[in-house]
Amino acid sequence: MARDVQLLTKGFSPGKALGLFAKAHPEAGGIASFVGKVRPDKDVKVLQLIHYDRLTLPGMEKLATNIEGRWQLDGLLIHHRTGHMRPGAPIVLVAAAARHRRDAFEAVDFAMDHLKSRSWLWKREKRGDTWHWIEPRDEDHEDANRWEI
Amino acid sequence: MAVTVVFIGKLSDLAGEAERHIAAPLTWAGLLDALDAEVAGAARDERTKVAVNGEVLSDKATLVAGEGDEIALLPPVSGG
Repeated sequence: MARDVQLLTKGFSPGKALGLFAKAHPEAGGIASFVGKVRPDKDVKVLQLIHYDRLTLPGMEKLATNIEGRWQLDGLLIHHRTGHMRPGAPIVLVAAAARHRRDAFEAVDFAMDHLKSRSWLWKREKRGDTWHWIEPRDEDHEDANRWEI
Repeated sequence: MAVTVVFIGKLSDLAGEAERHIAAPLTWAGLLDALDAEVAGAARDERTKVAVNGEVLSDKATLVAGEGDEIALLPPVSGG
């Protein structure tokens, strides 16, 4: 299975990445994808995602290996931003190409639940002139627990 | 050479620095002694995890780091 896992330090175009992914997998019966963006929220000016080199990308690779073991896929793409982002900017793109749609949908859903609760990423947002650290959300852990991970 | 201690996320705010170097060898008790009280308190928090050279410890108390090793203090992740 072709795997494309990247931690990106600069802005990216999910549409372009998805187009290339589709082109790379003409054999697939379908492709499911999800794009996560910085939610335009109240007075948030900037979101900063912080990663740790020795854990974050290796953790994303482990997630991809886990997904490959659970679903029949032709291809899997996980692109995640780190660094500073403005509201509306894309943070994450996950795409799965598969022979059958159920595998593609579930693989993407699983990847997002995992990324939202288990990935080695820390977040803070700037409201007004002050930075605020974002605490983990219970809902994200409950979403991940659906899969017993 | 020494042990590099990396402070991640809000721990870097608490520590006032992104990393510091502490003489090797270093155990968990030695690390807590070397840190400011506030940072040591946050490190003790059961939700704070510790990695040595990219391997997350299942039990922080077992920490042993030597010359050139990198310890990371990891607060709870906020997710992507």
